[in-house]
Amino acid sequence: MMFVCTDAEPDPDPENRPDIDVWVSENDASGRRLQGSALAPESAATTVRVRQGQLLLSDGPFAETQEVIVGFDLLECADLDEAIEVARAHPMAREGRLELRPFAELER
Amino acid sequence: MTDRRPAAAASAAAAACSDAYPRIVAALIRVTGEWTLAEDCAQEALALALQRWPEQGVPANPGGWLMTVARNRAIDVLRRASVERRKLRELAVLALTDPDPASAQPVQEEVVDDRLRLIFTCCHPALTLEARVALTLRTICGVPAADIARVLLVSESTMTRRLTRAKSKIADAGIPYRVPSGPALAERLPGVLAVLYLLFTRGYNADGRPAFAEEAIRLARLLKQLMPEQNEVSGLLALFLFQHSRRDARQDAEGNLLSLDRQDRSRWDHAAIAEALDLLAATGRNGPYALQARIAACHATAASADATDWRTIARCYDELARLQPTPVVQLNRAVAHGYAHGPSAGLALLAQARAGGSLADHPHALAVQADLTARQGEHDRAAVLFRQAAALAHSEPERRALLDRADRG
Repeated sequence: MMFVCTDAEPDPDPENRPDIDVWVSENDASGRRLQGSALAPESAATTVRVRQGQLLLSDGPFAETQEVIVGFDLLECADLDEAIEVARAHPMAREGRLELRPFAELER
Repeated sequence: MTDRRPAAAASAAAAACSDAYPRIVAALIRVTGEWTLAEDCAQEALALALQRWPEQGVPANPGGWLMTVARNRAIDVLRRASVERRKLRELAVLALTDPDPASAQPVQEEVVDDRLRLIFTCCHPALTLEARVALTLRTICGVPAADIARVLLVSESTMTRRLTRAKSKIADAGIPYRVPSGPALAERLPGVLAVLYLLFTRGYNADGRPAFAEEAIRLARLLKQLMPEQNEVSGLLALFLFQHSRRDARQDAEGNLLSLDRQDRSRWDHAAIAEALDLLAATGRNGPYALQARIAACHATAASADATDWRTIARCYDELARLQPTPVVQLNRAVAHGYAHGPSAGLALLAQARAGGSLADHPHALAVQADLTARQGEHDRAAVLFRQAAALAHSEPERRALLDRADRG
């Protein structure tokens, strides 16, 4: 799983910004990107908790931070190095940050 | 072919073990993917050798003997845990890739490659720098976790947790057990060398000597043997050898650190210096480590401090400052030019280096300015600057040395 996040300090260099459409079509074609999407703005977020049987809802994301998740991509890569190569070519690697997190292996 | 004298057997065992350890660990990790198992089995094989060889003699192929014992131990453990057949089959085949001196070349190469894979995995940039240093010492050098903890000033349980976390990260995040190729290699090699450099400089034993310098040198030699075409590897090994050549001359009888100009040069390790000079002579393009080694070479080959070739040192710093324009490099460059071309040349470069602002209130920058000012003959102003530097000094001995300079003018 690759979380696409904003960052308080984006890369100031405006040169050679990669294009998101090119990134998506290349990685779809290679079979490395299984699916993914941008998310609606955080103003649309609702946080849900159940405590002692009570449904608790709150408006907005669960953490007030400058870095928020704005999208995700589901990648299929052989190892971390391959995933890093895919991530570094994403435009948000410069404008924000990306977090790579494999799916947990349940019982082996 | 066996040597039965206990003392000779013990030293042969120690030598064979330090050479064989990373090979065994690397091969077992490749086949089983289990780091702790690989380390435990390698350790057990070494322990058995140190116990048996002094009595029964060193086998003709000590590396092969150790590999076989470690492999059989791993098979036992995995069989008890009833692991998949594939791993067991591959382990059984591992016997064929024992580092047998009589065996054919391609087999040797495969084993060599394992150790390189292990180095690149331990130094993967997705691990924290602390974890990389600890893992390299533990897995490749075989240093016990307790010893690493003691030198790096953390508790043994903290170190054990750090190592466990690093190994889980490798497994969970899918860090590959592989040497990167092509442009990725150029990107990753500096990170590996940085870990070796940190190993060399981090941590001191109770006697004030660097704790892991020998391990860092051994790793640099291994890396040099595995990647002979990489100039920066040779540069780093040469830099280590130059710095290490001064290990016996660095302190006076009371344990105070001696600067280069006050060291007894006859106590430098001249064999190490000669080896480092040979390495540099065979090194082509200069990277940051090769340049630092060339600077160290100027100091190492000067008959006295006064005879130092400061012009060459200044040229090397010019080149280094182009590659790595860090404040510390700029500062050292000003010092070198001060000696090579006179104090005003040094002061001009110092002003330039300070223009960025990162050297403001830096005690070394002030001390350099004070020294250059004194050499210009402005002793009153130099004394004021030495006192300012003393007020900012990070340590008490440093503060005393600066105040002493202020009084001497």
